[in-house]
Amino acid sequence: MLEVAGLACIRGDRKLFSDLSFRLEAGELLHLHGHNGSGKTTLMRTVCGLMKESDGEIRWNGESIHRLGEDFTRDVVYIGHKNGIKDDLTGVENLRVCSALDGNPITERQAWDALERMGLMGHEDLPSRVLSQGQKRRVALARLLVNKSRLWVLDEPFTALDVAAVDFLQSIIRDHINSGGMVILTTHQEVRITREQVKELQLGWKEVGHV
Amino acid sequence: MFSAFRTLMGRDLLLAMRRRSDLFTTLFFFVIVVSLFPLGIGPEMNTLRLIAPGVFWVAALLASMLALERLFAVDYEDGALEQMLLAPQPLFVLVLAKVTAHWLVTGLPLVLMAPLLGLQYDLSSEALGVMVLSLLLGTPALSLIGAIGAALTLGLRGGGVLVSLLVLPLYIPVLIFGSGAVEATASGLGGQGHISMLGAILVLSLLLAPLAASAALRISVE
Repeated sequence: MLEVAGLACIRGDRKLFSDLSFRLEAGELLHLHGHNGSGKTTLMRTVCGLMKESDGEIRWNGESIHRLGEDFTRDVVYIGHKNGIKDDLTGVENLRVCSALDGNPITERQAWDALERMGLMGHEDLPSRVLSQGQKRRVALARLLVNKSRLWVLDEPFTALDVAAVDFLQSIIRDHINSGGMVILTTHQEVRITREQVKELQLGWKEVGHV
Repeated sequence: MFSAFRTLMGRDLLLAMRRRSDLFTTLFFFVIVVSLFPLGIGPEMNTLRLIAPGVFWVAALLASMLALERLFAVDYEDGALEQMLLAPQPLFVLVLAKVTAHWLVTGLPLVLMAPLLGLQYDLSSEALGVMVLSLLLGTPALSLIGAIGAALTLGLRGGGVLVSLLVLPLYIPVLIFGSGAVEATASGLGGQGHISMLGAILVLSLLLAPLAASAALRISVE
């Protein structure tokens, strides 16, 4: 269970949000809303522990994430704007290195299968350099198929993906939620999951009609 | 923990193999700088023997610094560094893995090339042996100390220049004991003490530099 209490974040001199509190139970998805620059990415990076909170506390199963350290990062997978894959490695190599560093080594066979399910059949052993944006995104997202982490933090996971891939990713997210996982995500698309599992959080506020 | 070390080191070595042009720039820099002095000074054997230790070590210092910039920068840009920070592994182990791979690719070739280049300076075989030993102990220390600077200047504009300002002063002890060892051997005094000091510096930087670099990386990524 993830618990955020009285969280505040300051970037430079600007206060992005303060006194933010929410809870995320097993089998729930938190959908972050907000205009550009409202602090969605900052909130996600803070929840992962990549950024230090200015105030407040983030607790995982009742314990502060900074005290838990590796016990927390083992339970989290973060996919941000940057894919985190190496251009000179093939999809299979990228996926295997990522998984090994996640403490969950996979065989070559598993990596091929995961990439195939992700719709990269025939591209598994090409250097990622030659793949398109969407295909690189798919390689990065293939981690979700082999990962055993309970909390997924996905920053705009649908960007650069085509319609079929978006549908597939939605189904993976749905399966993860149904099997008791937790997801925090930002997207400007509709998330097709039953309402009671989805929590919505609005960051920042602008009048209707303002850009 | 060890498998993470192996994985990351293996990955970096594989990446270096796929980008061989990067691999050779440091080595060629070292070879050219060291070779320029005999050409400039002429065949004055006594002068060359005298300046050899200093030239070799300053060249090694600069070559090692030249390579520093790439240590974390690529990982930072493509997001692999964020994933490293979020991996359930001790960060200093991952940093140590990266530095080890970096040294194997940029430091070790210099050590292996040194005896060949030493011939241009008319160094005795004994002095050449000490030169290789001192470089073998000194260059890993340079990579380790440099990693702190590389981590601190990550994502800054003009980071390359800043790295030199930060790191070069810290390199001074390695320079003094490294070239001192060769000088002492060449003059017949024996470089044992200098070599021991280099060893001590290496052990100390092995212990402290990965921790300091890890802390610096966390700050830089924020």
